[in-house]
Amino acid sequence: MAKRSFLIPGVDKRLLIKDSIKTMPDVTRRRFIAGGASLGALTLLTGCDVIDSSSAEEMLKTVSKFNDAVQDFIFNPDALAPTFPESAITKPFPFNAYYDLDDAPDVDGNDWKLEVRGLVDNKKSWTLPELYKLPQVTQITRHICVEGWSAIGSWTGTPLRDFLKLVGADTRAKYVWFQCADKDGYNSPLDMRSALHPQTQMTFKYANEILPRAYGFPMKIRVPTKLGFKNPKYVVSMEVTNDYKGGYWEDQGYNSFSGS
Amino acid sequence: MSSLTVTDEQVSATPAKVIQPAWVRVMHWINALAMILMILSGWQIYNASPLFGFSFPRDYTLGGWLGGGLLWHFAAMWLLMINGLAYLVTGFATGRFRKKLLPITPSGVLHDVRAALTFKLGHDDLTVYNYVQRVLYAGIILVGVLIVLSGLGMWKPVQLHWLVTLFGDYPTARYVHFFCMAAICAFLVIHVLLALLVPKSLRAMIIGR
Repeated sequence: MAKRSFLIPGVDKRLLIKDSIKTMPDVTRRRFIAGGASLGALTLLTGCDVIDSSSAEEMLKTVSKFNDAVQDFIFNPDALAPTFPESAITKPFPFNAYYDLDDAPDVDGNDWKLEVRGLVDNKKSWTLPELYKLPQVTQITRHICVEGWSAIGSWTGTPLRDFLKLVGADTRAKYVWFQCADKDGYNSPLDMRSALHPQTQMTFKYANEILPRAYGFPMKIRVPTKLGFKNPKYVVSMEVTNDYKGGYWEDQGYNSFSGS
Repeated sequence: MSSLTVTDEQVSATPAKVIQPAWVRVMHWINALAMILMILSGWQIYNASPLFGFSFPRDYTLGGWLGGGLLWHFAAMWLLMINGLAYLVTGFATGRFRKKLLPITPSGVLHDVRAALTFKLGHDDLTVYNYVQRVLYAGIILVGVLIVLSGLGMWKPVQLHWLVTLFGDYPTARYVHFFCMAAICAFLVIHVLLALLVPKSLRAMIIGR
C-alpha cells in the first residue's frame, strides 16, 4: 500500500480519523463476517460470492433459533443438576464478569429494592430484610461458563418458583426478564419453565455468608440448568412478560436458551 | 446423481469397478467439511478458556470471537451428527464395515506398518484396505463417536447427565473432547498425506473409480 497524502483544507486530521473510526464496523464483527465469507467461498469452491457474509450470518442466526426450540423441547423440568458435597466446592470461587471487580456494581443494601413488574398480581417492591425473611434453601452445584470452564459453589436463597407464586405471577407467561445494576444495564431473559425449575433460586448468600459484592450483592439468580451468563447478578428488577426483551450477551449472539 | 449410482452391468461402454460407492463419497466429503468447521470453531471456543498453556492462532479459528465460534460450532454439529449417524447406520446395514475393516490382526498391522514406512505397501487393489488403513479408519470412527458423545455431554450436562457420568464429570468430558479433536487432527494429517501419495485413492473418493 503506497502512502497517499490526503488533506482537506480546514479539517482537523485527527478529528476526521476519530469520526471515521466511529463509522467503521467493529473489528471482531468484521472478522466474524470475514470468517463466514471466506469459508463460504472455500466450501462452495466458486469464484462468485454465492454465500456472502450476511447470508452466512442469517443462516447462523436461524440455526441458533432452531437450537433454542430443540433445547426447549428436550428440557426436562424434573431433571435436576447434580449436587456435590461441601468438600467439592471450588476455592476460591472465581469472580467472573466482563469488567474488573473494582468496576462491579457497589450496591447499598439499605437503599436497594427489588422491583417486580409485568404479569403479576402484587407489584410491590421488596426490601432486603423482607426478602431475607423468606424460606431459604442451599444448593451446591456446578456453575458452567459459556467459555467452557466450570466451578462448584454453594448458594443459598429462595426458590424462584415459590417467590413467583407468592407475588401471583402468571406462570403461563413466556419469560421472567431480569435487569441488573451494572452500568451497561446487564439484563437477561429466562424462559418460564427454567424459572420454575426447582433449583432456580433467588440467591442471598454464598457459602452461608451474605452474598459478597464479587458474587452479585444483594441478589443474584442462580440457575444451575443454564450457562453462567444466564445467572444474573446485582439484580434490581424482575418482569414477568410474554415479550422477548433480549439480553446483554444474548443480543451479541450467544444462544438465548443456553440450557445445560 | 443417477449416473453415479448405476451398476456396472448397465454401463457396457466402460466396464470399470466401482471402488467407492456414491453414498460413501457423498458422506465422506460432507463429513470432511463438517469436521473442519467443527475443529476451527472449536479452537475459537478453546481460546476463550484454554485447557493448556497455549492458544490456537486466531487466523485458524472460525467465528471471529467466542459468540461467533459457538454459533458455528452448534450449527455444524447438526451436519456432523446427522451425516455421521447416517454413515454408521449405512456402514453397518450394508456390511461395509465388516467387509472392509475386519479382520484386524496385530501381525497384519505390524507387517503393513513396516511395509508402509519402507514404501513397499502395494495399492494394486483399492477395494481392499490394508491393515494400516483398517486401523486408522476403524479407530477414527470410534473417535468420531467419542467426540460427539463428549460434546453432547458438555452441551447438556443436566439434561444428559448420564452421558457426563459416562466420562466421569464435566471437566473430564472437556478433556476427552479435546483429545479426540487432537486425534482427529493427527488422523487428518496422515490421511491427507497418504491420499496424496496414492492419488488414485483420492480419485476413487471423488469419482468412485
